Amino acid sequence: MSIDAATVRHIARLARLAVGENELAPIAGELSRVLDLADQLGAAQIDGVEPLAHPHEQTLAWRPDAVTEPDRADAFLALAPDARGGLYLVPKVLE
Amino acid sequence: MQLAQALRERKTSATELTRQALAAAKNRVDLNALITLDETGALAAAERADTALTKNPASALAGIPFAHKDIFCTNGLRTTCASRMLDNFVPPYNATVVDKLAAAQAVAIGKANMDEFAMGSSNENSFYGPVKNPWDTARVPGGSSGGSAALVAAGIVPFATGTDTGGSIRQPAAFCGITGLKPTYGRVSRFGMIAFASSLDTASVLARSAEDCAQVLAAMAGHDGRDATSADRAVDDYLAALAKPLQGLRIGVAREYFGAGIDAGVAAAVQAALKQYEKLGATLVDVSLPNAALAIPAYYVIAPAEASSNLARYDGVRYGYAAKEPKSLEDLYTRTRAEGFGAEVKRRILVGTYALSAGYYDAYYLRAQRVRRLIANDFAEAFKTVDLIAGPTTPTVAFKLGEKNSDPLAMYAEDVNTVAVNLAGLPAISLPAGFSEKLPVGLQLIAPAFEEARLLNAAHQFQLASDWHAHKPEGVA
Repeated sequence: MSIDAATVRHIARLARLAVGENELAPIAGELSRVLDLADQLGAAQIDGVEPLAHPHEQTLAWRPDAVTEPDRADAFLALAPDARGGLYLVPKVLE
Repeated sequence: MQLAQALRERKTSATELTRQALAAAKNRVDLNALITLDETGALAAAERADTALTKNPASALAGIPFAHKDIFCTNGLRTTCASRMLDNFVPPYNATVVDKLAAAQAVAIGKANMDEFAMGSSNENSFYGPVKNPWDTARVPGGSSGGSAALVAAGIVPFATGTDTGGSIRQPAAFCGITGLKPTYGRVSRFGMIAFASSLDTASVLARSAEDCAQVLAAMAGHDGRDATSADRAVDDYLAALAKPLQGLRIGVAREYFGAGIDAGVAAAVQAALKQYEKLGATLVDVSLPNAALAIPAYYVIAPAEASSNLARYDGVRYGYAAKEPKSLEDLYTRTRAEGFGAEVKRRILVGTYALSAGYYDAYYLRAQRVRRLIANDFAEAFKTVDLIAGPTTPTVAFKLGEKNSDPLAMYAEDVNTVAVNLAGLPAISLPAGFSEKLPVGLQLIAPAFEEARLLNAAHQFQLASDWHAHKPEGVA
């Protein structure tokens, strides 16, 4: 599968990764090679084969709907570049 | 562990062993195997272990120095995952694995170097620079648990923790001439282990011998309510299982694992090791894993897809690296991620995002999941007639630094014999099986789910009858 610079720009946008204009072409080349590798999957006989998302197909784990962790909000907020009044701060979204 | 015996007989102390390990680590900074050395924490833990050792019964690991791969969160101690993104990250909690080994009073001396976010097969993808192989410092130690493997091979610590998503314990164990066990998916808790590909990630141990691996796995394994994918079943007695003779054991020799690209010297060493297994009473059976060639393409769709989802959390808002002077929220996200992640991590995020995007999901992600079932079925079919499956862990011995890191596909090909095991969620071990070009060769044994005891038993019996695991790089005591 060969992908072009416009596709790289699109997926970089989906992945929220800044990619410079001059990086688009080399990345497109690299990703095309990885996708060529993935295209080998086309040779597989998969008719009627169910997808396997998880190795053991475990049933969902259940637990009582009760609080088990202590309130550590302050410890976690302390890791943020900017937090005030118990809230994470981000750049303004609306002017 | 010989050290455990010496501790019990008071021939040495935890503090003495810890001082030795810290000195040995400082003496080998050339290996670049540690990101963080925690002298203060280690000496305090050693002192507590020495107190515990005066009482009976103390844990078998009490007072034994070791290192954690820097992917396990350690409360109050920087945990980087070898990424600029987490260069400043000090977790406010411990991974379950960290808690369990602390409860066993093993003494963590620091955090081992690795490939960034465990993505790599050479340890050249670390923000902190590559790790060197103690057998030849011009060569890679393998990855992603390269620092863990180098520390054990260089005799700095008798064991280290590692993680294995596509071979990241087994391949470095093979390249560094040590023993590395990848457990069944769900056998060891993933809580507090920084996520890469959540349906493939497993945590375990690299050590000098299968016996040591058994000792450490026993302390790490078990159900954990904080990991919803943790297996709720009893842990076998790995140590008790070691002594069982191998008479009647049926080992399937997977012909695909000796296919094109497998170095002749590696294949010869592995074949010789399998002959040794015959002498020990095992029977060799030819088996086929017909979809083996599809494991790499399936893995390099599924793992990046899961990674792209897991790594979405690094947004510059809550913890970790944040781009300076963001002009908008979008700018904060996109520049934080562009500046915080290395090249291979970005590549996998983009591949994964593509494979999950509208219009391509069926052709890539869903198709890879169907192939994943074929691969799991191949193993299930083979295990109807054999107890274990054997082959070389890696196609080559340790390659030179810089030899493959400019070509992602050449690097991915390194994982040809390891990734299928993760796709199927099975346990496997790599053990030293000889040398090729004076460099260690690893034999991989694969078992059905939750048969870690069988793997450790087979590896231990081999190590009683051979001394490949006792070889050390020149100059290592």
